[in-house]
Amino acid sequence: MSHPLRAAAFTSDAERTTWHDETLWFVRQKRDKAVYGIPEFQQLRQLASDIKEHTLSRLDEYLEQFEQNARANGVQVHWAADAEEHNRIVLDLIRKAGATSLVKSKSMLTEECHLNPYLVNNGIAVVDTDLGERIVQLREEAPSHLVLPAIHLKKEDVGETFHQHLGTPKGEKDPQALTEAARLHLREKFLIGEVAITGVNFAVAETGAVVVCTNEGNADLGVNLARVHIACMGLEKLIPRTADLGVFTRLLARSATGQPVTTYTSHFARPAAGREMHIVIVDNGRTRQLGRPDFRASLKCIRCGACMNTCPVYRRSGGHSYDFTVPGPIGAILSPNIDMRQHSSLPFASTLCGSCTDVCPVKIDIHAQLYKWRQIIAQEGELPAAKKLGMKLLSSVLARPGIYRLGGKIAREGLRFLPHGLTHAQALNPWAKARELPEAPKQSFRDWYAQQAVKQ
Amino acid sequence: MKVGLFIPCYIDQFYPQVGIATYQLLEKLGVKADFPRQQTCCGQPMANTGCEQDAKPVYRHFVDTFRGYDYVVAPSGSCVYHVRKHYDVVEQTAQVQHVRQATYDLFDFITSVLGVTELPGRFPHQVGLHLSCHGQRGLHQANESEMTPVREGQLSRLLRTVDGLTLTELNRNDECCGFGGTFCITEEAVSARMGQDRVQDHVLNGTEVLTGGDMSCLMHLEGIVRRRQLPMRVMHAAEIFNAALQQPSKPVSTFVPGAVAAL
Ligand code: SF4
Repeated sequence: MSHPLRAAAFTSDAERTTWHDETLWFVRQKRDKAVYGIPEFQQLRQLASDIKEHTLSRLDEYLEQFEQNARANGVQVHWAADAEEHNRIVLDLIRKAGATSLVKSKSMLTEECHLNPYLVNNGIAVVDTDLGERIVQLREEAPSHLVLPAIHLKKEDVGETFHQHLGTPKGEKDPQALTEAARLHLREKFLIGEVAITGVNFAVAETGAVVVCTNEGNADLGVNLARVHIACMGLEKLIPRTADLGVFTRLLARSATGQPVTTYTSHFARPAAGREMHIVIVDNGRTRQLGRPDFRASLKCIRCGACMNTCPVYRRSGGHSYDFTVPGPIGAILSPNIDMRQHSSLPFASTLCGSCTDVCPVKIDIHAQLYKWRQIIAQEGELPAAKKLGMKLLSSVLARPGIYRLGGKIAREGLRFLPHGLTHAQALNPWAKARELPEAPKQSFRDWYAQQAVKQ
Repeated sequence: MKVGLFIPCYIDQFYPQVGIATYQLLEKLGVKADFPRQQTCCGQPMANTGCEQDAKPVYRHFVDTFRGYDYVVAPSGSCVYHVRKHYDVVEQTAQVQHVRQATYDLFDFITSVLGVTELPGRFPHQVGLHLSCHGQRGLHQANESEMTPVREGQLSRLLRTVDGLTLTELNRNDECCGFGGTFCITEEAVSARMGQDRVQDHVLNGTEVLTGGDMSCLMHLEGIVRRRQLPMRVMHAAEIFNAALQQPSKPVSTFVPGAVAAL
């Protein structure tokens, strides 16, 4: 199924669409307020972009430096070329630890690698400990947003899910009560967690430490209770120095939710005595993207979700309409790198309004990359045949003024004289489902202009 | 000063009054524009669909048509953005480079080239301004809410100088209308919903006349206004200024017709 079909299914519930749009717009407005309050915000964006560009330009060196320093800290470093290898490494580590269950926090990468089903199939119980992630996990759904994974759900939906899985009273929809129920349920899981997996927001090359930014504090709780900590990161998470970190923590929370900083900024540098810490560094298509000059800037992404909150299409089509781990505008430029055929409709799920580019804290030219993916998708023959032929015909007409003038006249006259029922037939003309066609005038501009010339 | 008018295909056929208003408004401001008959399209519809390669002959035709003019003026920011930004894929001859930088959106031309800061005349209505994304975020003709809370731009400034005209204060000042070229067909459901939401913002805040600088957004919004039979008129801003400015009058301007012609 392509984006337009899934989007149409989402918008067919008009009320929910309104609610989804307004909820995310509210987050965008909170972001605006935080941004307007920082006079140097645009300089910060430039700085962040420069640091990331620089890091990407010598990623190999920084990765080596990071690995060396992490090892020196007593951390075990593993490299995974793809999702499969990542999953295998993680399973091995769990088995070596003799564990059968684990708690997980804050990791889109493990979503990307589909780690949960893999572990479950291998007999490991996985508990996502962040509230939103836990909700979608219980519902066996994918997150629909990078930062707000259950944003597609209303509190009634959550109440129903908790009623089924956690035994809360039927019809309970008070957010306070539901959160409390989730806390109690998760507390148990934390206590039996032998292995804790976290994601990574930033990996500091000069120290070998990883930094995780959260609001719920679950990463800390999980790691501190478990004997083994596995931090999974994409290889683009590197920054050179601890001194660079402040630029990103200031941008990340403001862009994501409008907070000045996330509630917890946790630094993990070395394992505590008697414990283990592992870092799994994953490629999974990233070096391929790094090798595409037009698209490498997409690797600067710090996963703040601001481009989703601002995207007028995302707000009205929902995260699941993208059918990719990372939804929204950034997902639409990352996904064709993974599988162009499967995700060929995503770069077209945009009006190219450019708002994503304007909010992006690391200045990724998202809408320009959408445009470029379109060109590649068309060249690789992934456009629907009708669209392609139509565009070829159109171009040949538009390069020939005579035929063009005739065509325009036919369109206008057709609209003037054909019955409304035919020109607005919804099966033939998607425009007319919700919109009237323009009223066709008697005379075109060029006819008027020619008459003027005669008069003078 | 030789000014060539570029009237995009759908304006030519379906909104000739916008072309006429553009022509007459320029005339009132002392600029006699020329409309080269062989013009067709800027090529944007193909390129945005991914068929940039197929659009190259159209780009060359556009450049051939307008290479002899000092300025190319169009009542559509989106076409202008396309010429300026995306004509980089054909060989950059002197002519291509000239046409790319000489192509202006009508209000950018009036403001930046003619130096007009005020347009006299009367238009006693509440007007809601729809900012086109390509004009605003692409050509920077207006401030962006992603950057600053200050709602300011070329068109809103000019509109405010018209006697009797009040501007609608919108809830969302610069959200996209959802037209997006072929997007309006391929993503019909989301496109329509975006347009409906935009129109609703104007309804809630009292817009009588919905206007903008880009007829393609307005065509989409007008389609929704008419389908819902709302008591709202949709007019291109050129029509408003042209109607307000009844006779050739003296707009406040730093522009001296003879002086530029002599350059
Ligand atoms: S692309 Fe930019 S705005 Fe979108 S999630 Fe990444 S960093 Fe945030």
